[in-house]
Amino acid sequence: MLLPDLTITILFIAASIGVLMGFGGLLTWVERKQAAVMSDRIGANRAYIKIPFTNIKLVWLGLFHGMADGLKMLLKEDFKPKTYDKLAYTIAPYVVFAPVLLVFAVVPFGGILDPGKIIPPLAGFFAGRTYPMQVANLNAGILIIFAFSGLTILGTMLAGWSSDNKFSLLGGLRAGSQMISYELVMGLTVMGLILIFGTVDLRDMVNQQSGMIGGALPAWGVFYQPVAAILFLTAAIAENKRIPFDLPEAESELVAGYYTEYSGMKMGLFMFAEFIEIAIVAALFTTLFLGGYNLPYMNDAGFSLPGGKEIALSHGLVVLLQVGTFLAKIFALCAFQIQIRWSLPRFRYDQMLTFAWKLLLPVTLANLAVTVVIVWMKGGM
Amino acid sequence: MSTTVTPTSVTPVHTSPGKESVIRVTPTVPSPTDAPPPAPQQELIQLRYNAEAHVRKEYWNEDTMTFWERMYLPEILRGLAITTGIFFRNMTRWVTGRKGALTTYYPEEKRADFAPRNRGKHILTQRPDGSPQCIACNMCATVCPAKVIEIEVGFDANDPAHPKSPVRFEIDYSRCVFCGLCIEACPEDAIRMVQDVPDLPSDNRFNMWLTMEEMLTWNPQSDVAKPYPPKGGAPIKRDHGRGDISSTH
Repeated sequence: MLLPDLTITILFIAASIGVLMGFGGLLTWVERKQAAVMSDRIGANRAYIKIPFTNIKLVWLGLFHGMADGLKMLLKEDFKPKTYDKLAYTIAPYVVFAPVLLVFAVVPFGGILDPGKIIPPLAGFFAGRTYPMQVANLNAGILIIFAFSGLTILGTMLAGWSSDNKFSLLGGLRAGSQMISYELVMGLTVMGLILIFGTVDLRDMVNQQSGMIGGALPAWGVFYQPVAAILFLTAAIAENKRIPFDLPEAESELVAGYYTEYSGMKMGLFMFAEFIEIAIVAALFTTLFLGGYNLPYMNDAGFSLPGGKEIALSHGLVVLLQVGTFLAKIFALCAFQIQIRWSLPRFRYDQMLTFAWKLLLPVTLANLAVTVVIVWMKGGM
Repeated sequence: MSTTVTPTSVTPVHTSPGKESVIRVTPTVPSPTDAPPPAPQQELIQLRYNAEAHVRKEYWNEDTMTFWERMYLPEILRGLAITTGIFFRNMTRWVTGRKGALTTYYPEEKRADFAPRNRGKHILTQRPDGSPQCIACNMCATVCPAKVIEIEVGFDANDPAHPKSPVRFEIDYSRCVFCGLCIEACPEDAIRMVQDVPDLPSDNRFNMWLTMEEMLTWNPQSDVAKPYPPKGGAPIKRDHGRGDISSTH
């Protein structure tokens, strides 16, 4: 039964990469437009595609600016500084970009898929096999996320060091110290969730979030661990090196920080990795704190509303609804992150470190201690 | 003065309120009658602790943040509420067909409220018969600091009053500095600048040349300097002989 498994896995990988790339491309536009609208501007709206042999110009609210930018970056001169470590300089963008995509592998984006039910002619081919909608259903989910997301900093520091430029070096150093400070906070916030759910498997966590607390609140992680949710989002934005934590690339201080010496599509990869990481952060937050692909009162068969009312849905519709819910939650969180990015000013370097070590870390530890005591008093959940 | 010379004396100087208080470090100059300056090592030991130097700097602006403001989160949420409110206000405007921004879509739209002193476009005034008042004397082109005015002179022997007239009068707006010296130099009040912007945006730089046809389109309802607009029919009788008034006065 290798062939059906392989088919489905390749399908999932293609879908994941497609969704991430789509988000990366779309978020460039969303960021521009959202920033424009919230600051009383209009935003980029001039790029158009002209339909050949007609005079019709498609503008579509400036959606094609992303394409124009991509084309520009691909066609630009690839400037190379006279650095002594050409290898590190060249691979740095890829070292940043690849782990960002890998993190998504363990994130479940839907429930159990039964391809035989969705496409009846292929029922014989799949022979009733079901697949969890996830690229890699590993039971070490969170650990893998931290392992891979920790790798991106390697690329950042490589870029900063190998560019042979003081601004880049300072950016790389700042990125390193920022990473160490905030990775700690991020890990400790998730610890509380691990205590409550008793697992590091992301699919297990999402399944445990499908119920309701007392019939009113969805049993999402954010209601169990509200403080941890805020801290996680803060630390994740800091990990992503976006305003207000964009010190490694602070353009008013360091030109462009660690990618000052990069041009063309190499610079584009850094930017694109940042935008995809917005989506990744949103996906992780959704999975850990917002119930993943779950809607309130929804299960794999349909809705079971309070009062014993059941709404049965076909399998295909449930799968669509779950994936749609997941994407909608991700999009809402991306928009929230962009809103934060355009609302807050940048921290000073010492403020950023003070914030991590003197405020976030003690609060995280206190939160963890309280969680431990409550879990212990309840005798495990 | 004692023999052990303090190398530096630090005095916190409080200036008038509203100004930064400065700690002024002034080296005391030993008078020539004093003992020779102490060895460098001794100097170092004396520098190590100086109580006066550890007086804390006083700032004129006190840290005025309250505890609530220093808690980060409430103020961040307040800021987010402001920006999100503006976002949704503009989005509702935009969805209901209004513009969510004050921006003018420039080439398609022109703003109606140019500043009263805006002089953004050249025009050529006309004689009553509609011909340009310009006598192609080239004074504007001579005085122009950016050298953007090009005039091609035509000659008409049948019009002894003004035999010279421009055949081609063009201004290169890609180089014009809008200094207005051409207006100052013109002896005939033939060129003026008005409250407008020329239609410049183009993907071809040669479209930034303002031609004579475009400059002759100026047709105001009234003009303080002369009977304007030039009405059709009989031209105003003018004598350009000696002691005559010019057309503008």
